[in-house]
Amino acid sequence: MDNQGDLWEVFIQPKPGRPFKHAGSLHAYDKSMAMEAARDLYTRRGEGTGLWLVKAEDIVASQPEDAESFFDPADDKVYRHPTFYKMPEGAKHI
Amino acid sequence: MNQELYQYTLRLADTALILSHRLCEYTSCGPFLEEDLASMNTGLDLIGQAEAFLKYAAEMSGNTNEDKLAFQRNEEDYKNFHIVEYPNTDFGYLVTRQFYMDVFNYFNYSQLVNSKDVTIAAIAGKAIKEVTYHLKRSSEWIVRLGDGTAESKERIQACLNDLWMYVDEFFETDEIHENLQRQGIAADLDVIRKQWHQKVEEVLQEATLTKPEGAKYSLVYGKDGGHTEYMGFILCEMQYLNNRYPEAIW
Repeated sequence: MDNQGDLWEVFIQPKPGRPFKHAGSLHAYDKSMAMEAARDLYTRRGEGTGLWLVKAEDIVASQPEDAESFFDPADDKVYRHPTFYKMPEGAKHI
Repeated sequence: MNQELYQYTLRLADTALILSHRLCEYTSCGPFLEEDLASMNTGLDLIGQAEAFLKYAAEMSGNTNEDKLAFQRNEEDYKNFHIVEYPNTDFGYLVTRQFYMDVFNYFNYSQLVNSKDVTIAAIAGKAIKEVTYHLKRSSEWIVRLGDGTAESKERIQACLNDLWMYVDEFFETDEIHENLQRQGIAADLDVIRKQWHQKVEEVLQEATLTKPEGAKYSLVYGKDGGHTEYMGFILCEMQYLNNRYPEAIW
């Protein structure tokens, strides 16, 4: 940590009901400062109607060196996609 | 032209305009990037408010426009409060100046949204959302610095004391204001005075700071075009581009 406070990750919700998306990060000393900095840095042009702030250190992230064992095994298991079934006629939006 | 309404509109405009200039002047001088942008954001909100009021004033006058009013008047024709001319001495002064003004703006616009003058009411309706946020931010900074370290507390207290001499002016009324208030156009400054002191007291208490007592001197002639010695320098810089390139456009 430097003298600019903790690192926070900013998530914006574009519209009510939509998922929050990662927008970037910022430095702040406390929750309210983080929230206001996020408002001033990331929502000036109408980007969203909701904000989540998470301290970067509180995020549990997968490690790049685990990527092979974590994610590669899924590569040859395309049958897990629900695309091998015949869709009943008239069923929409699935 | 309704001369009184014109003067009153200029007072609202100029306080926002000069404070916005001070905040924008601070660009790249903030304590850190996030705060730098946030201060300027507040400045941009204020210039939006100033523009709206100046546009209205220009319409009343009939032979000018908002840009000319902003950049081509002489010093004595600006009707802002003295406090907004106070320089960005350090971050503590910037926060204190903002806090005192934000509390006033908040209660002033809270009344002006119901102004009988529909244009002023409409501008106030937009501005109240902005100043609500400004007040939240500056109040939190007062608390953060007051209830922070021994040094931050001492320094913000000194700022509060130093700028105290500028606040009586907010509530100073005159014939123009009284007449407009009677017509339901201007805000009731007695009500604002009480609300202002109560809110300031509340925040300072939370910040473990002491509310300054009555000022020895008080400057109250800003609404008539009186200024501190800083104003000439502000205008010099603010009007430079317009003087140098009068037809410059964005």
